[in-house]
Amino acid sequence: MRLLTHNMLSSNIKGVTNGFPLRIEVEKVVEKSVDFNPDFLKNMFAKIEYKALVEASRIMGYAELPDHAEPSMLESDDFLRKFHHALMELHLEEGTLVCPETGRRFPVNKGVPNMLLHEDEV
Amino acid sequence: MKLKQLEGLLGSLEQFYNPKIELEQYPTGSHIASRMLYTAENSFGDVTNKVVADFGCGCGTLGIAAALLGAQHVVGLDIDAESLEIASENADELELDMEFVQCDIRNLRWEGQIIDTVVMNPPFGTRRKGADMDFLCVALKVASEAVYSLHKTTTREHVRRTALRDCHASSAEVLCELRYDVPHLYKFHKKKEVDIAVDLWRFVPKKNQ
Repeated sequence: MRLLTHNMLSSNIKGVTNGFPLRIEVEKVVEKSVDFNPDFLKNMFAKIEYKALVEASRIMGYAELPDHAEPSMLESDDFLRKFHHALMELHLEEGTLVCPETGRRFPVNKGVPNMLLHEDEV
Repeated sequence: MKLKQLEGLLGSLEQFYNPKIELEQYPTGSHIASRMLYTAENSFGDVTNKVVADFGCGCGTLGIAAALLGAQHVVGLDIDAESLEIASENADELELDMEFVQCDIRNLRWEGQIIDTVVMNPPFGTRRKGADMDFLCVALKVASEAVYSLHKTTTREHVRRTALRDCHASSAEVLCELRYDVPHLYKFHKKKEVDIAVDLWRFVPKKNQ
């Protein structure tokens, strides 16, 4: 699971109002290289929750992203490459996603998060 | 990529070993899948460099078609672990990066407006009434640009009405009518193979819901 996917997932348990971002617990991280696409990244920057990405990337062992970023930084090739790596190339292969409000755990196996709910959570 | 080439690659994908009737698992044929994604890209520019989600992806055919046409990030979502396993192998076989999430589309909650385009071949609702409209309503919430979906031609007016009235579509357009081959998969199928008429739809969501 890329951190771009993590940036869209939210805890979907009934009654939960604050289900984002899911906290990551890491068992295994893998890196897969992806072609660098600056236009795509600039477009994504406006859409994602940057703070959630920074925190997630640090938990995944990548500490290069600055705490805060603003659109002007998209002119920097250095920043874009770091942003690219964090967003597209780091994968949570094995681990857990934890609902920030209830502590409910969603397992991630072979890179696939299991967001299925029990009957009493729907 | 040419249409024929896309269709050829999709034709090589593995399909369901043990299709589950309660989920209305029918493979999306390479003929339909290739035309669907080819139209989405060549007529509307909704695939290349985009973020695409495949709802109820099954063995991954539509999502893989999107990845083959240069989508930057493709997520396949399905409730069934076995299907996701096959879809993942299919993507690996073609050396495509595709993401998967196991979930029930009906209670998906998604943050932000990252998804550009949703593609889907939803359950037609022959087993569980309204299943296709449930998928469509969630898709229109999640997509920021467009939703491509297949629905039985016999339900055309119902689909149009529901999309515009209940699912916050700002437009609903039938792009073409296709023949959907339903192979003899399940015991209750009496005929060896039938084809049914399906519509390829393009829906545009209302912005800022």
